[in-house]
Amino acid sequence: MTKPQWNNGLVRWIDDRMPIFTLMHHELVDYPTPKNFNYWWNFGSLAGIVLVIMIVTGIFLAMSYTPHVDYAFESVERIVRDVNYGWLLRYLHMNGGSIFFIVVYIHLFRGLYYGSYKAPRELLWILGVLIIIVMMATAFMGYVLPWGQMSFWAATVITNLFSAVPVFGEAIVTWLWGGFSVDNPTLNRFFSFHYLLPFVLFALVFLHLWALHVHKSNNPLGIDVKGPQDTIPFSPYYTIKDLFGLGVLMVFYLFFVFFAPDFFGEPDNYIKADPLVTPTHIVPEWYFLPYYAILRAIPDKLGGVVAMFGSILILLILPWLDRSKVRSARFRPIYKQFFWILVVDCFVLGWIGAKPPEGIYITIGRIATAYYFLHFLVIIPLISMVERPKPLPESISTAVTKGGAAVKEAT
Amino acid sequence: MARLTLIAAALVVAAGTATAAEAPKAPSHDWGFQGIFGSYDRAALRRGYQVYAEVCAGCHSLRLVAYRNLMEIGFTEDEVTEIASEFEVLDGPDDEGEMFTRPAKAADYFVPPFPNDNAARFANNGSLPPDLSLITKARKGGPDYLYALLTGYREEPPEGFQMMDGMVYNDYFPGHQISMPQPLFEDMVEYADGTPATVDQMSEDVTVFLAWAGSPELEARKSLGIKVLLFTIVLTAMLYALKRRIWADVH
Ligand code: HEC
Ligand code: HEM
Repeated sequence: MTKPQWNNGLVRWIDDRMPIFTLMHHELVDYPTPKNFNYWWNFGSLAGIVLVIMIVTGIFLAMSYTPHVDYAFESVERIVRDVNYGWLLRYLHMNGGSIFFIVVYIHLFRGLYYGSYKAPRELLWILGVLIIIVMMATAFMGYVLPWGQMSFWAATVITNLFSAVPVFGEAIVTWLWGGFSVDNPTLNRFFSFHYLLPFVLFALVFLHLWALHVHKSNNPLGIDVKGPQDTIPFSPYYTIKDLFGLGVLMVFYLFFVFFAPDFFGEPDNYIKADPLVTPTHIVPEWYFLPYYAILRAIPDKLGGVVAMFGSILILLILPWLDRSKVRSARFRPIYKQFFWILVVDCFVLGWIGAKPPEGIYITIGRIATAYYFLHFLVIIPLISMVERPKPLPESISTAVTKGGAAVKEAT
Repeated sequence: MARLTLIAAALVVAAGTATAAEAPKAPSHDWGFQGIFGSYDRAALRRGYQVYAEVCAGCHSLRLVAYRNLMEIGFTEDEVTEIASEFEVLDGPDDEGEMFTRPAKAADYFVPPFPNDNAARFANNGSLPPDLSLITKARKGGPDYLYALLTGYREEPPEGFQMMDGMVYNDYFPGHQISMPQPLFEDMVEYADGTPATVDQMSEDVTVFLAWAGSPELEARKSLGIKVLLFTIVLTAMLYALKRRIWADVH
C-alpha cells in the first residue's frame, strides 16, 4: 500500500500530525476487496446506513416527544399532525425499524450460508450477534414509547418474563419497572435507554468493522484471497455497487413510508394504553415473532425464557459447532440443503408466533422449536463430520475467469 | 431449494393474513383516498363532518382534531369561528385567580361530549364510546370496517342467538353484540348540497371524514411520496448504469 499524497495544505497539515485521512484512504478507498462479491454482500453497508437514518430521525423525534404516560400517545400524534414534516420523521423511524431488521436478518443468513463465521472471523461474528441483541433491546423499548395498547401490553408481557428467574424473579421485575406495574417510571427509563443504546450500537458496529478490516471480507467462494489478482480496491468498485444497492433499498423503504406507513404495525397501537383493558391478542412486532413462538413452545415459564434467549445466544458458539473447514455452502452439498430447511423453519416459527397458542399451532410450534435447536446442536456438527465437500477452486481469480462455468454449476 | 423456501415463505405469509380475523371480514369498499394517487373527496368530507357533528358527537369525542383543522378541508375561517363558538371551554385563571368559561376558539380542540370517561359510561349504560380521532387506524379493516359497522345493524338477531340486556346485533362487530344503538337512520341529517341522506350515504361520508381525522397528512404524504419515489427510481437507474460502466474493466 502506497502512502497517498494530499494536495490540500490543511489536509496535509492535519494528516502529518494525525493521519486520519491516510487511515480513511486505506480503509475506504484502497481497501482490497475480493472481486467476486454478489449482491448479498450489500447488506452490511445497508445496515450501517439504516442505523444512521434511525439515529437522525430519532433525535428529531425526541425533540417533540414527551415521555409521560399522560402525554406520550398524544405527543406522537402531535408530531404526525402539527410538527412540520413530523409525519415523515415518524414514519421513517417507525418503518426504519422494520427495514433495519429485514436488512440485518438477510446479512446474518448471508453469513450462515457462506460460512463467514468461521476462522479467522469468529470475533467479527460474535460482535455481530451482540449487535443484533442490542438492536432487539432498542427496538423493544422504542415500541413502548408511543404508549399505545400494544406498547403497554408488550412491555408488560416481556418484562414479566424475568419473574421466571428463581428466587429473585419478582424483585427483578419490580426493579425493571421502577414500581409495581409498567407505569411512568418504566416509560421514562425506556426512553432514556432507547436514546442511549443506538450509540452503543454505533460503537459495536465500529468494532465489528475493525475486526472485519483485520482479516478482510469473506466471499461467495469462501476461499482465502491469494494475492492482488483476487482483489479490487473498494473505491470506486464497491462504493458504486453499495450506492446502487442503497437506491434499491430506499425505493422499497420509502414505498412503505409514503404509501403504507402502518403496514408493519398493529391497529391496537393506535389505541392509547389502558392498563384495565387487555387486547384479545398480544402480538409483538413481526421481527420478534420467531422468538415469541419459541418462548411459548416450552410449557415451563423459565424453560421458555431460557430457550428464547438461547435461540439467539446459540449463534455465539456456532463457529465451534461447525467443524467443517470449507466455508461456502456452494461446496457443501449437505449443509446447503439444511441451510434452506433452517430458513423455512424460521418462517414457520414466525408464523406460529403470530397465532394464538392453541390446538395444532402448539404442536407445530414445538416441532419447529425443537428443530431449530437440533439444527445447531446436532445437525451442524454431524454434517461437518460426514460431508464430503466439492473440490474448491484454486483461487478467486481462476474461478472468476476460466473456472467460471464450473463455479456456476456449484451454486 | 431456494425456490422452495420462497414458496414456503409466501404460503406462510398468505396463511397468516387469511386466518387473522375472527369477526367476519368487512367487505372492501372503493375509497377515493386509497391508492397511490388517493385524496379525500371535499364534498364527502363536508357532509361527513355534518354527520359527525349532528349525530356521533353526542356520544363520541374527537380529541386530536382542533377546530382550526377544519380549514384544511375547505371550511372558511368564519365558518370555523362560528362552529367553535357554539362550544364552551374552561379557561383561566384570570387576573383574580378565578377559572371561567368562554366560547371555544379556532385553536381549541374539539370539545368532548362528556367531561370524563365515567360520565360517558354513565350515560351509555356502562360502556364507553371510544374517541374517534384514530378509529380508522385503530381497527383491523380500517375504513371498510367502520362503514360495515355503521351499515351492519339488524333489528332482530339471527334465530337462537342469545342477546344480553341493552345490546344490539351487528353483523361486523366482533362477537356481534354492541352497546352502541344503531346511530344512523334515513334522513337524520339534511345535507346542504341536497344529497339524499340514506344510511349508506351518511355512513360513507362520516367514514371519509373520520379517515381524514385519523390521517390528515395523507394528501401531503402521497403527493410528496410520488415525487420522492420517482426521483429515487431515476437516481437508482443512473447509479446502476454508472456501476456497469465502472465495473466494465473487471474480470
Ligand atoms: C348514543 C350514543 C352513541 C352515538 C350517537 C354513536 N355512538 Fe358509536 N358507540 C357508542 C358506544 C356506547 C360504543 C361502545 C360500543 C361497545 O363497545 O359495545 C360505541 C362504539 C363505536 C365504535 C367502535 C366499535 C368497535 O369496533 O369497538 C365506532 C367505530 C363508533 N361507535 C362509531 C360511531 C359513529 C361513526 C357514530 C355516528 C354516526 C356513532 N358511533 C354514534 C355510542 C354511540
Ligand atoms: C437502533 C436504532 C433504533 C431502532 C431500531 C429504533 C426503533 C424504534 C421503534 C420500533 C419505535 C416505535 C415506532 C412507533 O411505533 O412509533 C421507536 C420510537 C421512537 N424512537 Fe427509536 N429506534 C432507534 C433509534 C433511536 C434514536 C437514536 C432515538 C433518539 C435519539 C430514537 C427516538 C425514538 C422516539 C422519540 C420514539 C417515539 C416516537 C414514535 O413512536 O414515533 N430512536 N424507535
